[in-house]
Amino acid sequence: MCDHCGCGHPHDHSHEHNHNHDHSHEHSHNHGDGHDHAHAHAPSEPMRTIDVRKSAMAQNQRHADQNRGWFRAKGLTAFNLLSSPGAGKTALLEATLKHLLPHAAAIVGDLQTENDAIRLRASGAQAVQITTGATCHLDAHMVLHALEKITTDGLKFLFIENVGNLVCPASYDLGEHRRVVLLSVTEGEDKPLKYPVIFHHADLVLITKCDLAEAVGFQREDALKNIRQVAPRAKILELSVKTGAGMDAWFAWLAG
Amino acid sequence: MHELSLMNNLLTDAIAAANGAPLRALKVRVGPLSGVVIESLQFAFDALTPGTPAEGARLDIEETAPLFHCPHCQTSYTTPVGNYQCPACLATDGELRGGCELDLISIEVPDHV
Repeated sequence: MCDHCGCGHPHDHSHEHNHNHDHSHEHSHNHGDGHDHAHAHAPSEPMRTIDVRKSAMAQNQRHADQNRGWFRAKGLTAFNLLSSPGAGKTALLEATLKHLLPHAAAIVGDLQTENDAIRLRASGAQAVQITTGATCHLDAHMVLHALEKITTDGLKFLFIENVGNLVCPASYDLGEHRRVVLLSVTEGEDKPLKYPVIFHHADLVLITKCDLAEAVGFQREDALKNIRQVAPRAKILELSVKTGAGMDAWFAWLAG
Repeated sequence: MHELSLMNNLLTDAIAAANGAPLRALKVRVGPLSGVVIESLQFAFDALTPGTPAEGARLDIEETAPLFHCPHCQTSYTTPVGNYQCPACLATDGELRGGCELDLISIEVPDHV
């Protein structure tokens, strides 16, 4: 039984956590029939309104706070990598883990298969796979349990490769320090305008596969303008894992 | 469709707050940067409520706009999604103060229960 979230998962080592439990309180007041909004029930039925004021994300937020406490206790910086499927998250991580050995590890989320974790382990780093089944995103609770499988000795960087999806993962704080959103040149310059929410929450937008830019007619200035419009506070870097162009700036950003 | 699990959270909290009473209405506040689609929330509500104390209840959704505070001219402003420019000084690096919420605000139950 997991002591931290009560979910029934086996839990084989202890870790330090922040517990910021918010408590809802309720109070009621009488609510007569004199109000003017529509009701599905009989108009004569007297109603009582109960204030709740609780976020649907409250539970995820608690687990994200636990993860944050764990990262802090272990002296780790955590990065949440988000993009559509095929934007190059895993290829970027292969090169990044290899560069940062032995100080980096990865948690990787997919609906099915261990393929990405197997690919990443070939770099020599630890990689833990989360298979989400039908779930379209990682949540903080899944990450909390994946952290149990990470050996933290000497570790400084933890990368969480989210499920490839530009919609749902945007809503879930995993406890990370930084959010990185990837946009590959093959996807089209207007993707930030189509999926503004995920880009808005980014600390860094990485334009990937820049070696293909010319071949696919990538309109760089349009892409930069669109990113700046929906993510005015995000830093933007351009790179190609294949040629190595721009990788030094990415490593410098990680270290900063 | 992460709306299904989020609606499940909202319904769990609503049913707990009703303390055994049948629910007649739920008021939910949705920010445009919360990453949820309102039609999908309604779909999830309709799919999840049959056979629960929330069966037949009304889902009232209150939509908010992104709320920003400009660090340069101290203006607070709301904007459409995707255009975050300060209307006063035209700076684009406003600090987000609201618009990510997905909150159960209140519920309505019959007064006699």
